[in-house]
Amino acid sequence: MSFKYDFVKNRNLYFIISTLLTVIGIVFLLTAGLKLGIDFDSGSRVNIQANETLTNESVEEEFKSLGLEPEAVVLAGKNDQANVSFKGALSKDEVVKINAHFEEKYGETPSISTVTPTVGRELAQNAFFAVLIASVGIIIYVAFRFEWSMAVASVVALLHDAFMIIAVFSIFRIEVDLPFIAAVLTIVGYSINDTIVTFDRIRENMRLEKVRTQEKLAEIVNRSIFETLGRSINTVLTVIIAAVALLIFGADSIRNFSIALLIGLTFGAYSSIFIASQLWYVMKSRQMKSKKTRPVEAEPEI
Amino acid sequence: MVKRSKIVIFFVVLIMFAALIGLTTEKIVKGTKLGLDLQGGFEVLYDVEPVKKGQKITQETLKSTVEALNSRINVLGVSEPDIQIEGDNRIRVQLAGVTDQNKARELLSTQAELTFRDVDDKVLLDGSDLEGNGAKQTFESQNNKPIVSLKLKDADKFAKITEEVLQRQPQGENIMVIWLDYEKGDSFKEEQKKELAGKQPKYISAPYVREKLTQKDVTITGQFSVEEAQSLAKILNAGALPVKLDEVYSTSVGAKFGEKALNETVFAGFIGIAVIFLFMLIFYRVPGIIAVFTLSIYIWLILAIFYLMNGVLTLPGIAALILGVGMAVDANIITYERIKEELRSGKSVLSAFKAGNRRSFTTIFDANITTILAAAVLFAYGTSSVKGFALVLIISVLASFITAVFGSRLFLGLWVQSRVMDKKPGLFGVKESDIREL
Repeated sequence: MSFKYDFVKNRNLYFIISTLLTVIGIVFLLTAGLKLGIDFDSGSRVNIQANETLTNESVEEEFKSLGLEPEAVVLAGKNDQANVSFKGALSKDEVVKINAHFEEKYGETPSISTVTPTVGRELAQNAFFAVLIASVGIIIYVAFRFEWSMAVASVVALLHDAFMIIAVFSIFRIEVDLPFIAAVLTIVGYSINDTIVTFDRIRENMRLEKVRTQEKLAEIVNRSIFETLGRSINTVLTVIIAAVALLIFGADSIRNFSIALLIGLTFGAYSSIFIASQLWYVMKSRQMKSKKTRPVEAEPEI
Repeated sequence: MVKRSKIVIFFVVLIMFAALIGLTTEKIVKGTKLGLDLQGGFEVLYDVEPVKKGQKITQETLKSTVEALNSRINVLGVSEPDIQIEGDNRIRVQLAGVTDQNKARELLSTQAELTFRDVDDKVLLDGSDLEGNGAKQTFESQNNKPIVSLKLKDADKFAKITEEVLQRQPQGENIMVIWLDYEKGDSFKEEQKKELAGKQPKYISAPYVREKLTQKDVTITGQFSVEEAQSLAKILNAGALPVKLDEVYSTSVGAKFGEKALNETVFAGFIGIAVIFLFMLIFYRVPGIIAVFTLSIYIWLILAIFYLMNGVLTLPGIAALILGVGMAVDANIITYERIKEELRSGKSVLSAFKAGNRRSFTTIFDANITTILAAAVLFAYGTSSVKGFALVLIISVLASFITAVFGSRLFLGLWVQSRVMDKKPGLFGVKESDIREL
């Protein structure tokens, strides 16, 4: 290949970019927080499908005639759908009333979700701890199959990707709902998969040669990234194709899910090359300095 | 020298798979249960709370509550209700395809505890005094109004109680109030004012007791429609709930919404998968064709496993499946890129194929094992939807491993061994000029 790029040389740039993004993310999370959907915040959401064109006012009028005050009305579809949100959970009787009213008026039963915040929060908390425990599991496996420094680097990349999705959702005020958790978990799976493929190549190339100097180490990291670059780009392209198709053509209710996937996939591909591999290089070259006297054994491939 | 036999075997195997897929797909697609977000219906998560002071919520109470809910749902005639106990004090009810959601909701959460009380709200008779399965909807003989008739266990007890009520002083307090789901704080005297003002009181009825009654048959006359009377009788027969149910989460989806979401997402899936197939064909040529076959088998396999496991397909589930195709492509890409590399290094097609397969195997293996490990932890530790998601992930990684690794080896191997592809690296998408001399 004629085009050469020194990934290792510019590693500090990527570290700075990611640290900066992380700091911005933390600042946004601490100040603005996440825009929680009703899955995490006490509230109700009513989706109406009408057989006529709706306006915000007409929808609000309808609800006022039922004695209800909507918090927000968002029109969707060809303005024949409305997503109406309420503060606090609607009571059972109110749900019955809304269903009956709109069924009679438009011939379609609306979709209604009401929730008290505990359930969504419990789920998010559960997912959070599950990811932490899974990370420990990954560290153990990768340390065993590969090596300790690769284990740490891959988990850092994984947490980086998961956090970036949350950060972007916070910065752009995109609503967080239950499928969002599924998206973050998908990215966790994808990110670790992607990182391991790159590390696998590094491991293989390390076995083929005696690596005594940092220059040699850098060359191996660069070469391994280049050798797997075709695969990395093609894979992320196909997955992104799928996510974009879902985003454009999929149902409204999984729109935020698709956005989360898209962000996560992009960061997942980025972190394998620019974060995980570089982090490993840094750790490995420190290791080499500390045991200069003992050269790394080269195993011949069978 | 071209071995035609290998190509014949390839087409035979291909036709066999095509036939298998063609014959079973309709059954699988029609037989897979759709979640309520795809076919309409509703889901409620209840917090289970004790009715009486000192009552403890045990797994036993939860189980008997689930039984009671099940027999109530039979009243509705829903074919496949899904009622699950979650944690120590929660019950999740999912009813897909319910026509009358309001009625179902009402029916589920009423405690159905019938009590007979005096004017001071003291309990005279409760559900334990009723004969099981004794409730029936009938009509009053004089004016043909719908009423509910009950059977009591003990006529003597009823006699004693009616006598007590009869003797109550001052005049006009000889009333027996019939409540359904009396809640603490409800008061007959308050409700009576409402009734006098022409509003609906909380109690069902409050008949005067004019004589001592020694009988087992009791009728309740209220402001019922025939349907209401029928459903009251059925609820009473299904039995009272041993606990109180509080809705903590509920979601209901209109049937049209579900259908629309299903159509849109399946359409998105077709588009996404079609573009992925096109991409593979352009980029990898012959192996790309093989990838299209193995990915089709992958999609079929996932749906089949889902069907056999009796899984419920939800909207995020379909999304995960479409995404899974993208991820399954990865195993193909890793192998094909590896074969391309070997070809570029100057190896023959046959040895590049062998080396590419062998070397890509450990990569795919380690990457997939790590993902499965993460998914297994999510499955073991996660609750409800986290668990469901982890299961889909495990299934799709396994299926992609089987189809991409072994499927590709089998199909592509037959073509390679037939030797028609010898010295034609272009068929793998490798330019002649990129090939190094050995």
